Amino acid sequence: MLELFSFGEAGWGDQLLQGLLVTIQLALTALPVGLLLGFAAAGASLSPYRWLRAIGTGYTTIMRGLPELLTLFVVYNGLGLLLNSIVSSWNPDARVELSSFVAGVIALGLVFGAFAGEVLRGAFQSLNKGQMEAGKAVGMRPTQVFFRIMLPQVWRFALPGLGNLWINLLKDTALVSVIALDDLMRMTQVAVRSTKQPFTFFLAACLIYWALCVISEIVLARLEKRANRGVRRA
Amino acid sequence: MDVFGVFAQFWPELLSGVGITIKLAGLGAIIAGFLAPLLALVRVNGGPAAQVPLRFYISFMRGTPLLAQMFLIYYGSGQFRPFLQDIGLWNFFREPFNCALLAFVMNSTAYQTEILRGGIMGVPHGEIEAGKAVGMSYVMSLRRVVFPHAYRIAWPALGNEIILLIKASALASVVTVFDLMGQTRAIFQKTFDFSVYIWAAVLYLCLTAAFVWIWRRFEHRLSPHIHGKRPSLLGAMTKRETA
Repeated sequence: MLELFSFGEAGWGDQLLQGLLVTIQLALTALPVGLLLGFAAAGASLSPYRWLRAIGTGYTTIMRGLPELLTLFVVYNGLGLLLNSIVSSWNPDARVELSSFVAGVIALGLVFGAFAGEVLRGAFQSLNKGQMEAGKAVGMRPTQVFFRIMLPQVWRFALPGLGNLWINLLKDTALVSVIALDDLMRMTQVAVRSTKQPFTFFLAACLIYWALCVISEIVLARLEKRANRGVRRA
Repeated sequence: MDVFGVFAQFWPELLSGVGITIKLAGLGAIIAGFLAPLLALVRVNGGPAAQVPLRFYISFMRGTPLLAQMFLIYYGSGQFRPFLQDIGLWNFFREPFNCALLAFVMNSTAYQTEILRGGIMGVPHGEIEAGKAVGMSYVMSLRRVVFPHAYRIAWPALGNEIILLIKASALASVVTVFDLMGQTRAIFQKTFDFSVYIWAAVLYLCLTAAFVWIWRRFEHRLSPHIHGKRPSLLGAMTKRETA
């Protein structure tokens, strides 16, 4: 049993490890994309302009209501078609292929951004307005107010919600195996096909994902503790 | 791209997909909805022998991708085929619909259990003591005091969980179930017309919007004293509880 997971020629350990690295890479690349989109969405839905608010709430509402798998296919196929039609207008013979990694990063980032937008909006709304005014009163520039007063507290308020979203993101990376990215899930399927031991290998994959989530939870608990240092508790 | 042409040609397939999606998510939510209150009681009152395995189960279900759970059931059952054939369960596991449904039930049960546990723990202790004081048995106080209040607390979170389940049901298309997502993928592979994805998005949004509307109405009926609406449809039930 254990030799199935050994490294080298005999086992599938190194293939699974490779897949795991792709999964982690994908999640870590989609995270900043999603966070940026989330800040943009939160900013848009809190803006004084009506059209910008409409874009912000429209994006978060629609994207949160769609299945992640559908978003992935829309990005993978739709963006592929779009890119090809743009390229072929220049050069009719050229073809481009959207890599499944890029499609995965965009789709997962879009989903993360929509949910993060709502979390961050709530965090910005729970800031104490008097503190921002105090910052202005002592002569801080708007960027200073943002980075010294708003951001540290938004981070504290939003961290639990963003942590949940990170764990969802980790789990959603498994979807990208459907568009043929060689992540942990797909490498597991490859191993299943040649060993004919589906239960053993899918269980192993589940345990690896589980370990990732448990490690994330531990790190997140530490981050939260750090973000809340100096805050008086009831 | 022929947005309306695609719908005119393929609406029967898309609607049958919507039907399967409703069946998957609906059955999954309902079956999990029967299991979750029992497990939630174990989570609140059970001894360590029952708590520890239940905690592991919930942590596993929440810490692994639903797609992996579905593969574990659908493909994984093949590893035990002779055994499953012996006990007559192989016909169940051969159907992708059943495997997807089983995965959704197991997953949703874990989430709903945790949500209901929160609801039960949110019931003020005085209410339970009052029930005891007027001579209610344990089961009766559960039925008349604990669960009615726990469900009122947990209702919005349960709604969120069911929306997640509606969205997650799209995963069934990966194991060849022809739900809305499955039909959409099949139509795209036939036509390479992107607009079918737009229709799928519209239909999924309609599904969740309709569900949110229904769920809100029930919420208002469950707690008319909070929402200030007169009960009508389930009037008899809620009136007796609030009287």
